[in-house]
Amino acid sequence: MVPEIGQYAMILALLLAAAQAFFGLAGPWRGAERWTQAVYPAVAGQFVLLALAFGCLIWSFVNNDFSVLLVAKNSNSALPIYYRVAGTWGNHEGSLLFWVFVLSLWTLAVAAFSTSLPRPFVARVLGVLGVISTGFLLFSLKTSNPFERLQPAPPDGLDLNPLLQDFGLTVHPPMLYVGYVGFSVAFAFACAAMLEGKLDQTWARWTRPWTTVAWMFLTVGITLGSYWSYYELGWGGYWAWDPVENSILMPWLLGTALIHSLAVTDKRGLFKSWTLLLAIMAFSFCLLATFMVRSGVLNSVHSFASDPKRGVFILVFLVLVIGGSLGLYVWRAPLLRSSAGFDLVSRESFLLFNNILLVAATGVVFGGTMAPFIADLAGHETISVGAPYYNRTFLVPMLPLFALVALGTFARWKRGQLGESRRRMLGSFAVALVLGLAIILGIYGDRSLLAPIGVVLALWIIIAALLDPVDRLRRRLSLPAAVIGMTLAHVGVAITLLGITTMESRRMDRDVSLAPGQQATVGDYTFRLESVQDVDGPNYSAARARVLVSHNGKPDVVLLPERREYDVQQQSLAEAALGVSWHRDLLVTMGDPLGKDAWSMRLQVRPLMRFVWLGAFFMAGGGLLATLDRRYRRRREAGQAQVAAAGALPGTAP
Amino acid sequence: MNRFWIPLVAFALLCVVFGVALKRAPEKQFVASALIGKPAPDFVLPDLLHPGGMVDSKRFHGGWVLVNVWGSWCEECIKENPMLLAIGKSGKVKLLGLNYKDDDDTARKWLTDNGNAFDAVAVDHDGRAAIDYGVYGAPESFLVNPQGVIVHKVVGQITQQAWQATLLPLIDGAKS
Repeated sequence: MVPEIGQYAMILALLLAAAQAFFGLAGPWRGAERWTQAVYPAVAGQFVLLALAFGCLIWSFVNNDFSVLLVAKNSNSALPIYYRVAGTWGNHEGSLLFWVFVLSLWTLAVAAFSTSLPRPFVARVLGVLGVISTGFLLFSLKTSNPFERLQPAPPDGLDLNPLLQDFGLTVHPPMLYVGYVGFSVAFAFACAAMLEGKLDQTWARWTRPWTTVAWMFLTVGITLGSYWSYYELGWGGYWAWDPVENSILMPWLLGTALIHSLAVTDKRGLFKSWTLLLAIMAFSFCLLATFMVRSGVLNSVHSFASDPKRGVFILVFLVLVIGGSLGLYVWRAPLLRSSAGFDLVSRESFLLFNNILLVAATGVVFGGTMAPFIADLAGHETISVGAPYYNRTFLVPMLPLFALVALGTFARWKRGQLGESRRRMLGSFAVALVLGLAIILGIYGDRSLLAPIGVVLALWIIIAALLDPVDRLRRRLSLPAAVIGMTLAHVGVAITLLGITTMESRRMDRDVSLAPGQQATVGDYTFRLESVQDVDGPNYSAARARVLVSHNGKPDVVLLPERREYDVQQQSLAEAALGVSWHRDLLVTMGDPLGKDAWSMRLQVRPLMRFVWLGAFFMAGGGLLATLDRRYRRRREAGQAQVAAAGALPGTAP
Repeated sequence: MNRFWIPLVAFALLCVVFGVALKRAPEKQFVASALIGKPAPDFVLPDLLHPGGMVDSKRFHGGWVLVNVWGSWCEECIKENPMLLAIGKSGKVKLLGLNYKDDDDTARKWLTDNGNAFDAVAVDHDGRAAIDYGVYGAPESFLVNPQGVIVHKVVGQITQQAWQATLLPLIDGAKS
């Protein structure tokens, strides 16, 4: 009964989505006020229905309704309730329903918070979102129905993929989805502006908070994914350049470019056509990511989701949505003219370089991901592009980009002269250089080229980012949330940069054989195996090693890795011990016994490992702060005045 | 034609690439892996079929081996199983199963229900051996020659066609 209710709710939601798309686009086009009005109930109704449908699916999972195929395949009555709920989106069909549910939530938010914007414009935005929702609901119902029944129902389900039975992996996909879907708002605003033909910078202003929030969720999603893969595998890997990871990184890079170029378009009315294109591209890459992961053209993968029929559907959808929006772009972009000019050393030009480099970085990742396809088409053997390619090529655009993060803060809008700031720029760089080299020579010891570059750049970014807010405080000027947000995000970039470059150039791994009383040295750390004890767990017996780690001779931490023998399963499992501190991670993994009390052990030291993720959370926090800025609220009031003025004019429809 | 056409044209080209790739997706099972031409990583892991014992991959050196990564949680593996049974019957290769991130009892029950094609099944509970093999997911298979060198990798199900047209010729070709 409940699954049927969910099914009907989905079908009704599809009809409402189609209505939303139709009235939202046709209403303003024909200037029919009553059609335009019809969009709002469609938006609200769709949200209620999809919430109901998603609720029904969760209910089926929680109550172990194995007559639903999806539940039978992905859940089990022995599974704790938490994983049963999470199992709802831990699979292809359920995650699609979740996707459209999140989209309806974002759409509702846009409808609710855009009351101050011109009605026809909002209707168009909602109409474009309706088109996207229609496509995904059709896809879900036609090729991936989550409520499909299984008769006769099996007594118990197949269980959730053990890989997914992990807290992090249940939180990380929803975050990503919220981020992906969020970019559809920027996309819809861009399309609506193009349809309207009113391409001044107002659309950019309205889009900014939405885009920043979407970007923030994507940042958190990626970071959680990276952290849990590190934690789960206990292996020290945090980014593998897997095609699936790449497909998440590309929208993030483009989204980062977008939030910067939106700032320029909003403040100075420049880069208008470029910003439009970026808004289209950021969302297109979210769709492309879905296509590549779900269609089976990628080898990486998760074969559970691959089905050529689905691929064809998504490809057609891509052609309609991306092709349609790029077509609009061809039609409308030539109308755009930037009246204002800017000088080579202005903030505008630094942000332009920022955009070029971010797009180049996206290109590097895209090239690597696409190379196997192209080679295949050209008749070559299928190739796979590995981490060495990315590690090297990705740095080419990224290192100058980091320098720009520091440089850009010194440049002023429009102005061609650095003037006063030239002194501060050179001064701060000198400080960063001296400080950085002191750290490298004093603490790190010279090893590679990467560490000095990373440390100096990171320090420079931090100093440069802090100069402006400190200056404002000293002169008792106001400190808007947007400035604090930007500062925080840029400091976050520096922290991540510092973490990655330090960790990559100074990490140390060693495989050793240790007997009690023996010790091994890894860098400044001495790992001394004190004893190996037999301990009993609930369903296993284990050898637990007591490893005393000393740093430069001083006792630092005691780690207790275990080698477990599971009674029932006759399995031997290593339980790695992780010693976490702000400045380094220590990892001890116990291998096999080597006879005569000796054990094989893997010892790892990863300096500044935490910084990699800490910086990303700073970036996300900065994004959040920036959207809380008062000017967005003031703008709504200003927007109302605009509406009043616009009301006197006839429709601006083409 | 102005510069604003460029994105649309680039996207159209991309769609053509995707279209062709999609058309060929079902037949494209063979992915070059960095490991091809390299010695297959050895492992000693608990034996699924004989609890208490161990499976040593070195035991299989000297003959053709198909290392198949599977799990009872993996749907494609169920579909692949009849093909594995047929391959096992052909006697051309030994089948070495690597039971990936699975529960032992469920895995044994799975083999009883669906038929056991394997000569031996090693339990890779934490996925370490699979990491050595660069496994992304299940099923994946590695064809290893008598010298212990990986000569081919199959991602996803092994189809009838893949076995006949690619794997079998590799085995027979090397023998003659």
